[in-house]
Amino acid sequence: MIGLEHYLTVAAVLFVIGIFGLFLNRKNVIILLMSIELILLSVNINFVAFSSYLDDMAGQVFTLFILTVAAAEAAIGLAILVVFFRNRGTIDVEDVNVMKG
Amino acid sequence: MSVALLAFYLFAAGVLTGGLFTVLSRNPVHSVLFLILAFFSASGLFVLLGAEFIAMLLLIVYVGAVAVLFLFVVMMLDVDFAELKGNMAQFLPAGLAIAVVLLLVLGLAFGDWHMSEGVSAARAAVTPEGTDNTAALGLLLYDQYFMIFQLAGLILLVAMIGAIVLTLRHRDGIKRQDVLQQMWRDPKDAMELKDVKPGQGL
Repeated sequence: MIGLEHYLTVAAVLFVIGIFGLFLNRKNVIILLMSIELILLSVNINFVAFSSYLDDMAGQVFTLFILTVAAAEAAIGLAILVVFFRNRGTIDVEDVNVMKG
Repeated sequence: MSVALLAFYLFAAGVLTGGLFTVLSRNPVHSVLFLILAFFSASGLFVLLGAEFIAMLLLIVYVGAVAVLFLFVVMMLDVDFAELKGNMAQFLPAGLAIAVVLLLVLGLAFGDWHMSEGVSAARAAVTPEGTDNTAALGLLLYDQYFMIFQLAGLILLVAMIGAIVLTLRHRDGIKRQDVLQQMWRDPKDAMELKDVKPGQGL
């Protein structure tokens, strides 16, 4: 029997991996965005696990909306990245502060 | 060990190794491929949980769209990734420390965790008898959460327009088709008829 705790543990470890990735890849925006996707995925796993074990569909509805927002965020983030690369010729995040007013 | 448990451990290992190597890979193309592995395994977990619709959506939206978008951008931009990865070891101890602390905090929360008494009475949307996952989700989404559903569509529209506006550029020196100019072109201005007599030329 797979318990709820199994899924929660997987989601927690995935969340921590995502945070770890944010700290590890400080300069590479693409991997930062991927880490954010991992964090959102772990939240989704939590939502669906609770939804399934409580037999409450609301959790899966919210997973749907998280999916939507994550897709929109990835699209906008990558578009900004492409524009930034065109202007600067690099994707180093430490160069972003040249934009400050 | 039952088949379901075996599948769970397989998918959980897939999610975690996929996530870990997404973060650790030196080559971003490998990162994206490991991200796809993590998404695939997560959709396996969702199938195990009985959320088939979300699982298939994860495959279509994440693997089919988001991960491929990442792959396009990684391959399109000519970035010197070796230089970006250069001082990865510098952040490793701090990152590890924060990861361990966070894991301990979450473990603390899980250690003393239990369902409250009135949890089954507080459920927002119990699956109706005899409907499968997709039908139940549809009943809920097009009825109770219809407004939020429409707003999600609006978010996608705004994101689409934003991404297009951000990345669209008109470069000089490229010949483009100007449809209106073509339509407004008049034969009278464009050419001149000459009556050429035989043997004389113009």
